[in-house]
Amino acid sequence: MSNAKDVTDATFADEVLNSSDTIMVDFWAEWCGPCRAVSPILDAIASEHSEKIKIVKVNVDDNPELSMKYQITSIPAMKVFRGGEVVKTVIGAKPKQALEADLAEFLA
Amino acid sequence: MRQVIIIGSGPAGYTAAIYAARASLSPLLIASSVEAGGELMKTTEVENYPGFAEGIQGPELMLAMQAQAEKFGTEIVMDDVTKLELEGDVKRVTLGNGDVHEALTVIFATGSAYRKLGLEDENRLSGYGVSWCATCDGFFFRQKTIAVVGGGDSAMEEATFLTKFADKVYVVHRKDSLRASKAMQERAFADPKIEFLWNKEVAHIYGDTLVTGIGVVDTVDGSETTIDVAGLFIAIGADPRTHLVHGQLDLTEFGTIAVDGRTSRTNIPGVFAAGDVIDPTYRQAVTAAGSGTVAALDAEHYLAALPKDLLSLATEPVAASV
Repeated sequence: MSNAKDVTDATFADEVLNSSDTIMVDFWAEWCGPCRAVSPILDAIASEHSEKIKIVKVNVDDNPELSMKYQITSIPAMKVFRGGEVVKTVIGAKPKQALEADLAEFLA
Repeated sequence: MRQVIIIGSGPAGYTAAIYAARASLSPLLIASSVEAGGELMKTTEVENYPGFAEGIQGPELMLAMQAQAEKFGTEIVMDDVTKLELEGDVKRVTLGNGDVHEALTVIFATGSAYRKLGLEDENRLSGYGVSWCATCDGFFFRQKTIAVVGGGDSAMEEATFLTKFADKVYVVHRKDSLRASKAMQERAFADPKIEFLWNKEVAHIYGDTLVTGIGVVDTVDGSETTIDVAGLFIAIGADPRTHLVHGQLDLTEFGTIAVDGRTSRTNIPGVFAAGDVIDPTYRQAVTAAGSGTVAALDAEHYLAALPKDLLSLATEPVAASV
């Protein structure tokens, strides 16, 4: 379905918080239609800007701690992390052009 | 150039595609990038679509319609229309990726978009407790108290669905009776987790980073009370999605696209409209599907009456890239 790597409650610190890269975390679930719709768009953005941003996925069903910690109340929720901090949040499935505009500062 | 381009991928769009494809019109359907399948993608059990005695999941129904449209030769593009030029014999449809497609007919079936309350903090807290999609976001309100605003079928469906997760669901409705169907009402009334707040309007949404409460005003005596809720689900109806055709197609007093009688013909020859975007009244999956059928048949008749030289242009289903 998606090329993005899954991260979990257990691996989040290593994969995201302690990473030196800019990482966008896509909080999603199997039962969320808009999540499935936006998934290939995120894949496309990740592959077109692989030098700038990495995209990983957190399944909210399987990882309640992360969903709680980042106060997720709506998915898809896409949070950009730099140096362990959330620097941008985008909520809801959007067309590719709109997502690229939201993420412009990280893709340039 | 195409014979038919269909814009929209709900029951109206896909049904128009099934009919147009079976009539060998090789339709191109623009499905939208993130909302393909339309409103039903956000619903759960659909119990009133004929032919499914045991009910069917909304997304499953839409994927089946898509498969049926594709089976007969519909080409589907997962992108959004950014510009429509409808005047003249050849219609031009511009997509988000820059592609321009041309066709002799356009079937416009863009459905409707959720209505907002129009409150100051609604956009700010959207995604932070304010939601339009119970099936997407209900999961995050386990053991919480939440509110649903609205009195129609979708409000009842959301409220009933949300009791799976929430401890308590208030339904805030500005009148003292519901417009929801009897079956939906009875289900909601019977649910011990649902409490109705009659004659109340949501006037405020409170919360710094997440919703913490709402202020509701009594429509009879004007008094305002604050209710602690972690979430507010808005289900107060939808408005026809017509922004692409403003200034081109005539609208009705309801904001829907005006069509000629029981047909799908708009004020521009070769442009047809179907589904919720023309229907201020019924707005059911099955009425939209029927409406899509009408549009495909109308388009077919229109094409049959076109001069041969014009029709001969529509042999190549190829996109022009710009």
